[in-house]
Amino acid sequence: MAQMPAKPRKRLLRLNLNGRWREDAVAENQLLVDYLREVAGLTGTKTGCDGGECGACTVLADGVPVPSCITLAVRYDGRSIETIEGLADRGRLQRLQQAFHEKLGTQCGFCTPGMIMAAEGLLRRKSRPSADDIRTALSGNICRCTGYVKIIESVQAATEPPP
Amino acid sequence: MTTAKSARPGSSRRGVPLIDGIDKVTGRARYTADLDHADALVGRIFRSPVSHGEIIRLDVSKARALEGVFAVVTGDDCPHTYGVLPVAMNEYPLARGRVRYRGEPIAAIAAIDGETAQHALDLIECELRELPAYYSSADARAAGATLLHDNKPGNIEREVHHQFGDAAAGFAQADLIQEHRIVCAEVNHAQIEPHAALAEYDPVHDRLTMQSVTQVGYYLQLMLAHCLDLDLSHIHIIKPFVGGGFGARVEVLNFEIITALLARAAAGKVMMQLTREENFLTHRARPQTDVTLKLGMRRNGQITACACEAVQRGGAYAGYGIVTILYAGALLQGIYDIPAIKFDGYRIYANLPPCGAMRGHGSVDVRHAFECVVDRMARELGLDPFAVRRANLLRAPTRTMNDLVVNSYGLSECLDRVERASGWRERIGTLPRGKGLGMACSHYVSGAAKPIHWTGEPHAVINLKVDFDGGITAFTGAADIGQGSSTMIAIAVSETLGVLLDRVRVVAGDSAITPKDNGAYSSRITFMVGNAAIDAAKKLKAILAGAAARKLEAKPEDIDCIAEQFQVDGASQAVLPFAEVVKAALVDVGAITVKGTFTCPPDAQGGKHKGGAVGSTMGFSYAAQVVEVTVDEATGAIDVERVWTALDCGHAINPLAVEGQIQGSVWMGMGQALSEETRYLNGLPAHASMLDYRVPTIMESPPIDVHIVESRDPNGPFGAKEASEGALAGFPPALVNAVANAVGIDFDELPLTPDRVMQALVDRRRRARTADLQRKAS
Repeated sequence: MAQMPAKPRKRLLRLNLNGRWREDAVAENQLLVDYLREVAGLTGTKTGCDGGECGACTVLADGVPVPSCITLAVRYDGRSIETIEGLADRGRLQRLQQAFHEKLGTQCGFCTPGMIMAAEGLLRRKSRPSADDIRTALSGNICRCTGYVKIIESVQAATEPPP
Repeated sequence: MTTAKSARPGSSRRGVPLIDGIDKVTGRARYTADLDHADALVGRIFRSPVSHGEIIRLDVSKARALEGVFAVVTGDDCPHTYGVLPVAMNEYPLARGRVRYRGEPIAAIAAIDGETAQHALDLIECELRELPAYYSSADARAAGATLLHDNKPGNIEREVHHQFGDAAAGFAQADLIQEHRIVCAEVNHAQIEPHAALAEYDPVHDRLTMQSVTQVGYYLQLMLAHCLDLDLSHIHIIKPFVGGGFGARVEVLNFEIITALLARAAAGKVMMQLTREENFLTHRARPQTDVTLKLGMRRNGQITACACEAVQRGGAYAGYGIVTILYAGALLQGIYDIPAIKFDGYRIYANLPPCGAMRGHGSVDVRHAFECVVDRMARELGLDPFAVRRANLLRAPTRTMNDLVVNSYGLSECLDRVERASGWRERIGTLPRGKGLGMACSHYVSGAAKPIHWTGEPHAVINLKVDFDGGITAFTGAADIGQGSSTMIAIAVSETLGVLLDRVRVVAGDSAITPKDNGAYSSRITFMVGNAAIDAAKKLKAILAGAAARKLEAKPEDIDCIAEQFQVDGASQAVLPFAEVVKAALVDVGAITVKGTFTCPPDAQGGKHKGGAVGSTMGFSYAAQVVEVTVDEATGAIDVERVWTALDCGHAINPLAVEGQIQGSVWMGMGQALSEETRYLNGLPAHASMLDYRVPTIMESPPIDVHIVESRDPNGPFGAKEASEGALAGFPPALVNAVANAVGIDFDELPLTPDRVMQALVDRRRRARTADLQRKAS
């Protein structure tokens, strides 16, 4: 009977995920996106390409947007990861979520979690971004539904102070 | 034509967010790959390494013997062909004896995990004897070429020759005739969610449950029963959230059947997730098309005749091909009043992934050529592009030469709106070199009036339930793939009943619960399912009004429900809240379920000529758009500065969603015009990633102004027609026309990538220099 190649070693990964510390035994070659989806069960983060091309997997690592599909999970030992599931506060939509919902920044919704996390990374850096800032920050996130018009409007709406 | 009835009662004219939008912005929405599959096997596909070949030997014994492999399936496991049209099902889910494109599935593995499945793929031994392969329509059609399909001489899947009116007489009356050959590259849907399917087979009951990314659950059920020899009633299809379609999923796809075959062979559950590369191999998108288009025009811009030849490179199997080539001809009509139209269409087999339906199915490349040629002729005659279109408008109601009904027609108003909004009259001809304006028109069907599988059943069915809790549930098989169809249904029901949108829940896409629906294709849902939803809601309202009438001691026909209050017309004092009326209606009968249906009448189902059903629809959407560009003559890069689009969707049931659909379709047209194209090197895709297949990013995407024109179709739900496809085909010609305006070069090839533009600019400089030298020499 044919044999499989040896399994990669596992390491203990301790990270802060959406505000909570957790520990998991993680294969050294496991991608962060697979860790989030398969180990932590957080399927909001999506895979839309074969690696680093579409931005659907964008999460915040220590507050900075990263593509989780070309990042090894074990790199984040002792650090913090935030996903789309961590944005809402006790069931209340966060400002970007509210804006993407109300302004139709989402159609099929598949790119939306990554798009919102990339935009969140921008808003933490710059609370009142210009349209050019928004374009630059979201330039690695592909949406196939909206033509991006309502995505820009959504991010802008999220930056405006409530009336 | 554009006389509006009063706005729908209770309608919010800005529209409402999607009823499933919160799930999408919170990450709660579950797409196929997100479904719980901890206990599922992992499926992987072994694909052909050659473009055309005979399978001499296929040995899967080593793969089967690998520890952790639970099933291996090959062509031996499915002797049935599948496809779209019953007359053109010529494809096996797993190749039998012969492969016809690089990447065609040959075998598949279900294993305990991805690594094991991948290792098992490497253990499959496959010997192939290569056959001559063809990657262009011309090569495939050449005399003596090896046939891909023995019953298709010349590798022609379908020839179409239609002539309506007297083209020769039309050309004889023309003051100007031009003919151009315009070539459009093959493009891909590139929906952002990769293909996936989760199948579970229960050997005890011989039942299959399939969750998939499909736009057409009903066809999937039919095709799985056919390929697996299962009783239809033993198949359960569930459509989870779907991350876009654009036509990629309007036919049953090989990986769906393969996943089901694996689940049955493994007697368990199998998750299949395709890579992005495999998505491009699965393809089924818009074919590379050569269009030769000749128009005759009078000095005043009136078109006297049109002759069009379209050659589509369809790939290795039939798929939707016959429908696509028929659409290309049929949709030369229904937009302008042209007295004679001749169409010759050729759908060609080639050794490439099969093409299929894509947003604007069949119409886009031909419309592109038409609108480019119209502009060139207008220029030669010294006419304004808007004036030429206005010289050829239809008058509704009318019936086209090929028997398509046009009951509403807002194109004239679309033209007015974008002409005004773009400042066309003031700006055209005044822009500096390198800047340009261009315009074009387009249209699309609101649902194919004749279903592919003709059963005689209604074209759409909706069930509506109200129970003791006062909640209303609409059950529909219509696939919401992000376009907002479930929201449209909820609005149609709530407004017809006079209740709040919150009261209506939509359950969609579960064959065990929801009535059959033909699916999300040809922009049929708003027109057909919307009408069925209104029909169901009216029936429910009649029952509730009867109960209210008994309590209010009035006649049922005098009862109306406004904002959840039942009342007698004109007598404002007696009102009954919705919940109380529901209780009264349920007293004797319990939970109430009603059914609404819609069927396109026979006179809208197309002409009697061969292929006459394709293109037939209850109503066309119409669009006009203006594109403003800047062309960098140093780099060949085109910057789209701004787009103005007007679309006649009859009536916008949800204006917010309509706007989103229009922007999305215009932008998808921009991708095809500027950067998107598939490229094959001896059949090997050189584009099979999201980096190499250049979907526009947010950086190059312009503002898109949307103007909604409401012509109120007499048969549409609240007057509505489609809004998702009609505007796409106008973008590429508007762009090409704008580039011609900017730099004075007419491009005959899509997309206008910087290298193509640069080449044309360099060629022109070289020609000018040569002419200059010749002049000096002489």
